[in-house]
Amino acid sequence: MDFVAQLTLFVLAIFLGVELITKVPPTLHTPLMSGSNAISGITLVGALIAAGSDAGLLINVLGFIAVVLATINVIGGFMVTNRMLAMFKRK
Amino acid sequence: MQISDNWIDIAYLISAVLFVLGIKGLTKPKTAVRGNMLAAAGMGVACVVTLLHRDIVTYEIIIAGVIVGGVIGAILAKKVQMTAMPQLVALLNGFGGGASFAVAAAEFFRGGHPDMVGIIATGAAVLIGAVTLTGSFVAFAKLQELIGGKPMGFPGMKLVNALLLIGSLVAIGYLVMNPGTPLVFWALAIAAAILGVLLVLPIGGADMPVVIALLNSYSGIAASAAGFVMGNSALIVTGSLVGASGLILTQIMCKAMNRSLTNVLFGVMAEAGEAMDQDEVYEGKIKSTSAEEVAMVLETAQRVVIVPGFGLAMAQAQHAVRELADTIESHGGEVEYAIHPVAGRMPGHMNVLLAEAEVPYDKLKDMDTINPTFEQTDVAIVLGANDVTNPLAREDKGSPIYGMPILNVDKAKTVVVVKRSLSPGFAGLPNPLFAKDNTLMLFGDGKGAVVDITTALKEG
Repeated sequence: MDFVAQLTLFVLAIFLGVELITKVPPTLHTPLMSGSNAISGITLVGALIAAGSDAGLLINVLGFIAVVLATINVIGGFMVTNRMLAMFKRK
Repeated sequence: MQISDNWIDIAYLISAVLFVLGIKGLTKPKTAVRGNMLAAAGMGVACVVTLLHRDIVTYEIIIAGVIVGGVIGAILAKKVQMTAMPQLVALLNGFGGGASFAVAAAEFFRGGHPDMVGIIATGAAVLIGAVTLTGSFVAFAKLQELIGGKPMGFPGMKLVNALLLIGSLVAIGYLVMNPGTPLVFWALAIAAAILGVLLVLPIGGADMPVVIALLNSYSGIAASAAGFVMGNSALIVTGSLVGASGLILTQIMCKAMNRSLTNVLFGVMAEAGEAMDQDEVYEGKIKSTSAEEVAMVLETAQRVVIVPGFGLAMAQAQHAVRELADTIESHGGEVEYAIHPVAGRMPGHMNVLLAEAEVPYDKLKDMDTINPTFEQTDVAIVLGANDVTNPLAREDKGSPIYGMPILNVDKAKTVVVVKRSLSPGFAGLPNPLFAKDNTLMLFGDGKGAVVDITTALKEG
């Protein structure tokens, strides 16, 4: 993907983010933060490629660290968000 | 099995859509759980297709990493106390930054993108990722009280920070010219890591909500930068969504504390103004009351607003407060909660703490909604909150907190303040609210006082 296409995505996504996030009520700001921790764990995608490649030991080690950290974010983030949101759901 | 890059990119687009729908779900408590599930599904799609990427030849390291990370993540999510949520989010911010850092480093050493854009993006991911990693750990240590909450620093700290930042940018520039210099890369990483520590150390404990929100934003921007390195659309889009989210929350927190972001970042406190004499404000005007007297006032109250502060959560008094609210309601009164944006230790924190105590979320009112209703409120009960109720912020132009948005509890017919003593809050100012004609001070431990009022009301 060329740089201009990437930049376009980046800028448009920021505008979309601003529009979306301003609609989240203050009541849900903590779950929003833990939830966005979880989705920023998308770095896992890059981590998987580094960890599973045959590009040498250093790459695999860095990949392993990245996989561990990103997985903590993904699993921990989604689970704790779910735990909090369940408290808001019950009546 | 391998699939073409096009299919992988289409799958990433699907995950990005699921993330957007997930965040959209978070705009209402009713749809929020489903939103979280959609986002998790998006993550699942992205990970599964990535495993089919042609560069992946072995799965042992991946499986090991996912198991280790998954177990740690699950334990953290299950065990964390709701009062400790800011610490957990600080840690997760740090891990996010660290992951982006490691991914960018791996790409760098693979030598995949020696062009200018690739190296600049790598440099940005390393710089922001490392700052987020170490900065978040300092924020965690402050919140967990492993180190003191007071601003820490040394003379010339700002100069050192400026040099570290300039040095990092020069290192990135050097790498653009000479991509094959690992030493410069590591120098950049170390400089950024030190910068992260030095940036958060001078920030005081009261400003931590701003810092967590800002680091949240950084972790997103770092992920986005890693996406530019790898040419990965999923990372770019998701990272910028998170970056935008963190920035908006940072703004909300700054506004609620009447602090500019630069003041928070450089540890500047507001000018002290004229020193106010505490005795002059309070002398002869403080009316101390008892739980029984408060119960009598509450017995006939039509509308009661409870104003919780973090002191309430520290005393684990949320459940006791809900019981008090239930008792008032059984006497025919209406109860709502006034939540100041900085009532907890991170955005929305107080709401989660009260939701945990099974307070229905529709009774939790934000500042702008509740403020116009104080004039029709019979009793406002202030529990463990101080600065956010200080009328000086509204009335005294010379006050350091002038302009800070506050809850107008003083407009209620009767104000009951439950507090241990007349000691000032973070702002270090006396609170004229305590001396008002319509204010009753109930001195004592927050939880004990609430329980006593409830008992007296039940008996009365």
